[in-house]
Amino acid sequence: MKILTLVRQVPDAEARVKVSGDRVDLDGTTLVIDGMDEYGVEEALRLREGGANVEDIVALAVGPKKVEDALRTALAMGVDRAIHIETDERLDAVSLSKIVAQVAQAEGTSLILLGGQEADWDSQALGAASAERLGWPQLTWTNELSADGDTLTGRHDVDDGNEGFKVSLPAVITAQQGLNEPRYPTLPNIMKAKKKELRKDELGSYDVQPGVQYLGAEIQTRARLNRMIDGKDPQAAAEQLLDLLRNEAKVLA
Amino acid sequence: MILVVAEHAGGKLGKSTLEMVTAARDSGREGPITLLVLGQDVAAVATEAAAVADQVLVGDLPALAQYNPEVWAAAVTQIAREGEASTVLIGGSRSGREYAPRVAVKLDAPYLEDVIKLSAEGDALQAQRYTFLARVTETVQASGPVIVATVKPGSFAPAAPAGAAGEQYDIELDLPTSRTEITGKSVEKSSRVALSEAEIIVTGGRGVGSPENFAQYVEGLADNIGAGVGATRAVVDAGWRPYAEQVGQTGKTVQPKAYIALGVSGAVQHLSGMGKSKNIIAINKDAEAPIFKVADYGIVGDVNQIVPALIAASKK
Repeated sequence: MKILTLVRQVPDAEARVKVSGDRVDLDGTTLVIDGMDEYGVEEALRLREGGANVEDIVALAVGPKKVEDALRTALAMGVDRAIHIETDERLDAVSLSKIVAQVAQAEGTSLILLGGQEADWDSQALGAASAERLGWPQLTWTNELSADGDTLTGRHDVDDGNEGFKVSLPAVITAQQGLNEPRYPTLPNIMKAKKKELRKDELGSYDVQPGVQYLGAEIQTRARLNRMIDGKDPQAAAEQLLDLLRNEAKVLA
Repeated sequence: MILVVAEHAGGKLGKSTLEMVTAARDSGREGPITLLVLGQDVAAVATEAAAVADQVLVGDLPALAQYNPEVWAAAVTQIAREGEASTVLIGGSRSGREYAPRVAVKLDAPYLEDVIKLSAEGDALQAQRYTFLARVTETVQASGPVIVATVKPGSFAPAAPAGAAGEQYDIELDLPTSRTEITGKSVEKSSRVALSEAEIIVTGGRGVGSPENFAQYVEGLADNIGAGVGATRAVVDAGWRPYAEQVGQTGKTVQPKAYIALGVSGAVQHLSGMGKSKNIIAINKDAEAPIFKVADYGIVGDVNQIVPALIAASKK
């Protein structure tokens, strides 16, 4: 099988997010490969290492020039090659899935792995929309996966718990915490990754238009009371807190 | 019509459905509000739905006994097409956000995901939604003959019944066969109120100390005040608590009236799941813990000393 892994680049969770004008300004922000996508990359490598017949693992990213760094990370982790569609245009997930489907078809991919939710868009749509474009089934929020020939078995979370599944390729799988523990690229692998193919594609060669317009962005921090209670006397502190919750916040009867 | 896909469980209409009806009324989009009820043996749900909608379409079929993304997407798309829906609203649950993108692709419609506010701007639909781990509120807009949106639970007030009950119609559906075989399901049952419905949540972090302390203090306090129980990722990773209780980026998003965080440091991934709670109460012995920056009420102190006092005092 050929595996396509999708990689996004997002601010480091600890980084401060700022807005200038109508959009989030990432200048000077530390950017990293999206942690959830990293689970997807790691799982592709583990399927191969676990003995599945994996011919090729490709990482795809769509975004500005600096997304190259995230692709280099994926290459250093062990994917075979990377494709970067360089653009500063912001595409929503459902529009972007058009590119994913075209690349998957051109590459003869039978399995797509990506994160269950992107930490920049807070969106869960890319996997599902890509699956629909290709006419494939999808399993989201997967935390256990194994391959036997063209059959995948695993477990994933659903609204009210979790369920075991069995599906034949082709398919889209979205990854999450618990699926694996992503490896750190070692120095020799980082060096090797420099020689791997990182192909650049033009956005113009894909038939895609944004479906959503972005009009504004605001950092809204709700003003909090920040009322601190002295905790030295646990009894008095507990009683004071209960009094405030009952009579001021009115959240307890 | 504005098509709202009802969410229901255990033979009851979900609160999220009533919230979506409010979103539909607020949206200013054209057409009657139509609730689509999919499932098996859903007559009671359909009757509940009729109280708030102009009409109810009922797909009551054995093939719909179990939710499946491909089947749900096909059913919703068919009805949206036949009814020439201007807007399709789907719940922002895990399943809703899983099949809604498929509906958008099938209808070649723009998709607004997990919205917290909706308004019509001429032909377009304008929405607000959170991004960047819920640290940013973005305004987005889409236009087209039909727009698909998922609605974030807890963002709209539940709709009250509107005059006369809507008519109910049985529908015929042309459904695909799922290519995914479900080999076993485990439902995470809890005697406590579900996190998504809870008005008060008590959450424990690593600062609670041990699984035994968690049971004693976090569960003990929650049971005393009728609250749901949440956990941080660290606690779930350590195997103290089941994943179903996890609140945060990779767990559940909640916005209760009161969120009581015990021994929780307040990593940004956790804040993204609970930062919109109306009141945040934090107890932690580390005065520098980031949770205090977002807290309305805070006590710097040991959970093991303060919570027993809290449990005792709340019993009075």
